[in-house]
Amino acid sequence: MLRKKRREGPGEINAGSMADIAFLLLIFFLVTTTMDTDAGILRLLPPIVDDMENIDKVKDRNVYIVLINDADQLLVEGEPMDIKDLRAGAKEFMTNPTNAENLPEKTRITAAVCREQIAFNRSYLAGATEDEDRVRFQKEIDRWEDKLLAVELLGEFMELPNSAVISLQTGSKTSYNMYVQVQNELEAGIRELREDLSREKLGRRFSELNDKDEDDQKLIKAIRMVYPQRISEAEPVDVSRRNQ
Amino acid sequence: MSRFKDKKGKGTPAISTASLPDIIFMLLFFFMVTTVMREVDLLVKISLPEASEVTKLEDKALVDYIYIGPPSESYLGTEPRIQLNDQFARLDEIDAWVKLGTERRDEVLQPKITRSLKVDKETNMKIVTDVKQELRKSNALKINYSSSQGG
Repeated sequence: MLRKKRREGPGEINAGSMADIAFLLLIFFLVTTTMDTDAGILRLLPPIVDDMENIDKVKDRNVYIVLINDADQLLVEGEPMDIKDLRAGAKEFMTNPTNAENLPEKTRITAAVCREQIAFNRSYLAGATEDEDRVRFQKEIDRWEDKLLAVELLGEFMELPNSAVISLQTGSKTSYNMYVQVQNELEAGIRELREDLSREKLGRRFSELNDKDEDDQKLIKAIRMVYPQRISEAEPVDVSRRNQ
Repeated sequence: MSRFKDKKGKGTPAISTASLPDIIFMLLFFFMVTTVMREVDLLVKISLPEASEVTKLEDKALVDYIYIGPPSESYLGTEPRIQLNDQFARLDEIDAWVKLGTERRDEVLQPKITRSLKVDKETNMKIVTDVKQELRKSNALKINYSSSQGG
């Protein structure tokens, strides 16, 4: 009798309620946590500029003006446009395939031009006495060296002028949804151009370039230089007032 | 006859629930890993716009959120309001909020802070533009128009 008891040991703990406890925990986590991974369209706002007078006037052809009015209608470069055509419009602005008068004038960047400019600026730098000039020439040299690297990686390319910019302006009653859609289309246009360039020159997809790999970083930088993302979020202009 | 009766008495054996806790635990771990803690209680209704060109925000610790939308409580009207942290805020409170968010972080990380605008898609641009101007004034230039993937 005594022997039998010992062999059995302490009775098993009933695990029947384990499921209930786990359920409770599960429901707690379901309620207190969220699934949504935050994603969106990243933008850099321009810093506040105090004196607007010192800003150089940008040539009309270098600005792609997109207006959205209070009724969510688009006016692109003075012409009404459907949002479906905006992507193609942005691509045309960025590439200017026909060298049209009203689109930005592109300059051909070749290795020779880059080397020449670097040499020029080096000689200027050597002769410069003021600190301010030195900084400026050094910046120029860095800029052209970046371009030279891009030419080496991608071959000769047509560069957009520095002032080329897509300017987006909205009315006060424009819906946020429309604004995001327009931002999205412009972004998509630029991404498609980058993808095309990447496929043509590298045989790889731009989105598959690894931004943690050093060589790929250079490629990404070069491609971004050819098709820069310049969407201006500049000073708000009330579109509705502008038209009066 | 007797054999038939015997069977009926036994019935089908009960399904073992011994593995039920394991299944639930698996679910639990799945949710614990894939979700994050809710940080604020939303006071505004937000349905995000859809976009296809979205970038995921990698580091959640470096993101501050601004919520803009109509209040969830109907007695507060339908005019879009700004929510910072856990309460409604006025436009002129954004500056202080930005500073607080910046000072909270390590100096090295401060330039990497993104302000994510979670804005209801029906909102007028006026309030969004005003908020953007405030952000520019307080030198918080990296922003994100939060949108759901789609389209």
